[in-house]
Amino acid sequence: MTAFTQQAAELTPAGLDWLAEFNQRGRERWKVTPFPTRKTENWKYTSLQALADGSYLRWPQASGAELSEQVDAIQGLDACALIFVNGVFSESLSCNKLPDSVEVVRFSQANESQQQAILSKLGTIADSEKHLFAALNDSWLQEGVYLHVAKNAQVKTPIYIHHITTPEAQNFAVNQRLLVHLETSAEATVVEHFSSTEEAQNCFTNAVTELQLDANARLTHYHLHLEEENTLHIGGVHVNLDRDATLNSFMMSLGANLQRTDVVVHHRGEGAHCGLNGIYMPNHKHTVDFHTCIEHAVPNCTTHEVFRGIIGDHGKAVFNGRIHIHEDAQKTVADLSNKNLLTSHNAEVDTKPELEIYADDVKCSHGATIAQLEEKALYYLQSRGVDRERAEIMLSFGFINELLEQLAHIPVRDYLTPLVSELFEKKFDRARAAA
Amino acid sequence: MLSVKELRASVGDKEILKGLSLEVKAGEVHAIMGPNGSGKSTLGHVLAGRENYEAIGGSVEFDGKNLLDMDTEERAREGLFLAFQYPVEIPGVSNMEFLKTAVDAVREHRGQEPIDSVQFMKLAREKCKAVNLDDQFLKRGVNEGFSGGEKKRNELMQMMLLEPKLCIMDETDSGLDIDALQVVAEGVNAMRNEDRAIVLVTHYQRLLDFIKPDFVHVLSGGRIIKSGDHSLALELEEKGYGWITKEVA
Repeated sequence: MTAFTQQAAELTPAGLDWLAEFNQRGRERWKVTPFPTRKTENWKYTSLQALADGSYLRWPQASGAELSEQVDAIQGLDACALIFVNGVFSESLSCNKLPDSVEVVRFSQANESQQQAILSKLGTIADSEKHLFAALNDSWLQEGVYLHVAKNAQVKTPIYIHHITTPEAQNFAVNQRLLVHLETSAEATVVEHFSSTEEAQNCFTNAVTELQLDANARLTHYHLHLEEENTLHIGGVHVNLDRDATLNSFMMSLGANLQRTDVVVHHRGEGAHCGLNGIYMPNHKHTVDFHTCIEHAVPNCTTHEVFRGIIGDHGKAVFNGRIHIHEDAQKTVADLSNKNLLTSHNAEVDTKPELEIYADDVKCSHGATIAQLEEKALYYLQSRGVDRERAEIMLSFGFINELLEQLAHIPVRDYLTPLVSELFEKKFDRARAAA
Repeated sequence: MLSVKELRASVGDKEILKGLSLEVKAGEVHAIMGPNGSGKSTLGHVLAGRENYEAIGGSVEFDGKNLLDMDTEERAREGLFLAFQYPVEIPGVSNMEFLKTAVDAVREHRGQEPIDSVQFMKLAREKCKAVNLDDQFLKRGVNEGFSGGEKKRNELMQMMLLEPKLCIMDETDSGLDIDALQVVAEGVNAMRNEDRAIVLVTHYQRLLDFIKPDFVHVLSGGRIIKSGDHSLALELEEKGYGWITKEVA
């Protein structure tokens, strides 16, 4: 056992009695799983050295979890917000009126029947035997959000879960958990937003999201890693899709010390659809790693997955996209595309799309590209008077913006678009200053 | 305004223009016609400054300056505009943003302030109307999913917004139906004035029924082999290019 494994196992949550057994099971799994090295297939390109070396293994001492300043949240979303500061729920920043037909409970506040409901689902979607950090999350679990939408309920108001870390407490671990259950034919939107208030902020976040979509349920999901660059974030989004359920999920990682996201989607009922899009833009010395795995276990399901990244400076991106079509999953339609732009000679991308097909009547495609900007398009812009640097910025932005344009919620798009264009503007200013 | 002397140019290793000379004065409209592969499009790209389209001999002066010394964007800012035969699609970059960036780049070069956004929006809508494009096109990606005719009209709209001194239109008429052709022709005619020169590169005489040129040149084998007035275009239409290449040979 490595020192880190040992120390992490010794860090125990303040604890909820009814989760004690669950915590214990997670701890056992964590302890018996070897800590990943570069020889571990799933971690081949991403080093955990920064995590092992950093002294993150303590809980934040943030008694004052209230933020005095205005929170940088997605404006105009007209959402029901649940805001956590350094892992602690903030009563004053959160909304207190829930939409009808929605039940949102924090684990620490759950009554007995809610505890039962939580325990019946918790850990059944995220497999902590296969996902080491889910096991660690299980063992550390003391607070989380349970979101439940009743049968046939159409919830128009997005549920906005915003995790903020602040520099008031440095070098600590934040353990986050979200469990969503949409009953049959229910519809909802969930926005998960991770941010930090200051550049100097550093902590290790371990976040696990479990999404259960019953038959014919529809979920629009956003998973936004917008933390400052000194942070470490390892997390997973695990989904079960029952018959005719539809998930549309958008993921974004702007880049930080380490941002690793495992996405696992199980098509468990016929007619289910998974739309999964993502963008990542590591620069400086950032590492962004997406491992996605879509399991087609039954016939007639569809997956449409598009990830795009721009990697600059000494940044590094890892993309591993697996689509696994089981023997019975006839008539599957699945496509996966991963395109990358490298804007510096020192940038690195390791991309690996994996299509594993055991059924014989399916329609699948996958592709990964690493490209430079299109010369023809640059020329076109220049021929209109736009200088080369600006043209490069415009095209890079367009490459990412194509996916932002597809977002269903305009306020989310309006919030994210300037974040992306600012990154390019900064680059443009640097290029101009250098020239 | 434009003085091309004995211009030789190659694309990659292949020499396409082999001593082409052309004089264009302000206020004039020139038509350059010629069979496929004669170097018509190459001429446009060499003048606009496309990479790999390299001048290997001769000279080109634009308003008294050496055009071949300038970067692509500098030529545009100096007032040279090439309407592309195949305009490029740029998804994710809105037409509006593209147009404003281009207009501001040209304005900056002229020592003008960037144009106010509201004012520009108004102007762009006006130009959309002039070329018969729905102003929804402003919000879409540059040329993204536009039909052939829409792309050509978008080129014309850019030309109107940038107000160049010299407009080179590379087969802007190809593939257009007669209604679209008339819209384009009207737009070009509206831009004709004594300070501006227009060079129409075309394969078909039809365009010249709508935009009357002052001069018609025949380009063949990388050189201008015959020049005349509008009647030359009519003659070409009737007899094809065969007789003329023979006559010159």
